[in-house]
Amino acid sequence: MRPDPIKRIDTAFFWDACEQGKFVVQKCEPCNTLWHPPRPMCPKCHSVEKTHQKLSGKGVIMSWVRQVRPASYGFENSPFVILVELNEGLRIVSNLISDSVPVIGEIVEVDFEKTVGGKSVPIFKRVVD
Amino acid sequence: MISSFQKACIVGIGQTEFSKASGRSEQQLAAEAILAACNDAGIDPASIDGMTTFSLDNSDEVDVMRSLGCEEIKYTTRLPQGGAASVSTIVHAKNAVESGICDTFLIFRAMNERSQYRFGQPHHSMSPDAHSSTFMEWCFPFGAQTPASWEALSCGPYLHKYGVTSEDLGRIAVTFRKAASTNPNAWFYEKPITIEDHQNSRWIVEPTLRLLDCCQESDGGVAIIITRADKAKDCKQTPVQILGAEYSMLFNHEIISDFYQGDLIRTENSEIVADRLAAAAGIAPKDTDVAMIYDNFTPQVLRQLEGFKYCGIGEANDYIKDGNLELDGKTPLSPNGGLMGEGYIHGMNNITEGVRQMRGTAANQIRNAKTAMLASGVAGAIIGV
Repeated sequence: MRPDPIKRIDTAFFWDACEQGKFVVQKCEPCNTLWHPPRPMCPKCHSVEKTHQKLSGKGVIMSWVRQVRPASYGFENSPFVILVELNEGLRIVSNLISDSVPVIGEIVEVDFEKTVGGKSVPIFKRVVD
Repeated sequence: MISSFQKACIVGIGQTEFSKASGRSEQQLAAEAILAACNDAGIDPASIDGMTTFSLDNSDEVDVMRSLGCEEIKYTTRLPQGGAASVSTIVHAKNAVESGICDTFLIFRAMNERSQYRFGQPHHSMSPDAHSSTFMEWCFPFGAQTPASWEALSCGPYLHKYGVTSEDLGRIAVTFRKAASTNPNAWFYEKPITIEDHQNSRWIVEPTLRLLDCCQESDGGVAIIITRADKAKDCKQTPVQILGAEYSMLFNHEIISDFYQGDLIRTENSEIVADRLAAAAGIAPKDTDVAMIYDNFTPQVLRQLEGFKYCGIGEANDYIKDGNLELDGKTPLSPNGGLMGEGYIHGMNNITEGVRQMRGTAANQIRNAKTAMLASGVAGAIIGV
């Protein structure tokens, strides 16, 4: 199992989309710039008009860790934590679901996993060619 | 350009013992450290008229005043960014006294960081709104829940690119512990380690950080008193000048979960600070006599050596292998044993050690040390006599 995400006013759209199986990021309505992590105002054009955009869900592993001691709170086993550079150029921290150790440079694709409270978070799997 | 009598000087340093269970309140630790710094300087605590600490410090200014009997505070600030704030406090102190706003400025940091709460444990009750970093909301649900995990994730690309091994990181830990072993104030006094000890220490975060790559968790308090040169001459100690003090927080960068901007190889904010410091102080960090470099985790030393331009990008590992950080090397590293060896008072005990080195009173005194670099990632200061 895994802990529920922490929802806030400015970020609820992301987690709500996950519950519908959609992987999205914040998009500024007037200037179309994508941002992650989300923020209340677009730092480029200073608009607070926000929407969101579905992403390809594909990216490359930039870095990885596994928290050994203390073990990851709320998990049965500490997961592989990965930093993914998405094809759209944004970065996100997530997990690689795998029995084998992540490798920097590996190509991964988004999927979703349930949390303890029945919510959903984006996780990644290796792309099998 | 301000005249020489207006320049900021460190005139007092104070600290409690560094332990794992202080047995008293954080406010008392703060008060004891502040009183010690005032006595060291030969000033009355009542005359403190400005102060700064970390946004994370639990002792309120009003409570500090209540214990110390400060008559009036004209200016107070708090600094974000966790331990990276440690050297930023010097920037605020310098500005406060050189501008004339304050005459006697206090920096303090006190915490029961081992006995009361532990930075190394997941704090799942912490509000994501409580801090400016995104680490709670965007790391916690994925099992990256400790400073060690965020640090390791951010250092991964650098260590991978330059083939830095766990043994290489171990060499850094050995350097700190060697210095601590001959510093009676260090928690790890007379307890040096070998590379083998490092390699046998348990994993904290795979594949990067073993137990001996991490700083300690400590209880204790540290305080520093700053005034202008014209007033400093009436104090008990030889004034230590703040030749330059700078910090740089850059867009889209985070405190420790710093993943979202840049190539994760270079540390641009440190590079900017290094250039500004060299211009202000007339001496580059690499040409100073002592290198007090914030060591929450061993990879930080590599990145700051490059960020503050002690060597080129990707060269820090060789710079260390060549012995430059040894106590008899070109730029001796934290002769107190740093935060790994002496104690972790959120970086502040590295500043007091820098001052002792300038006074010539340190346990591991670097011979003829006239200048010291104080570094904490986003912030740097050069002090000298």
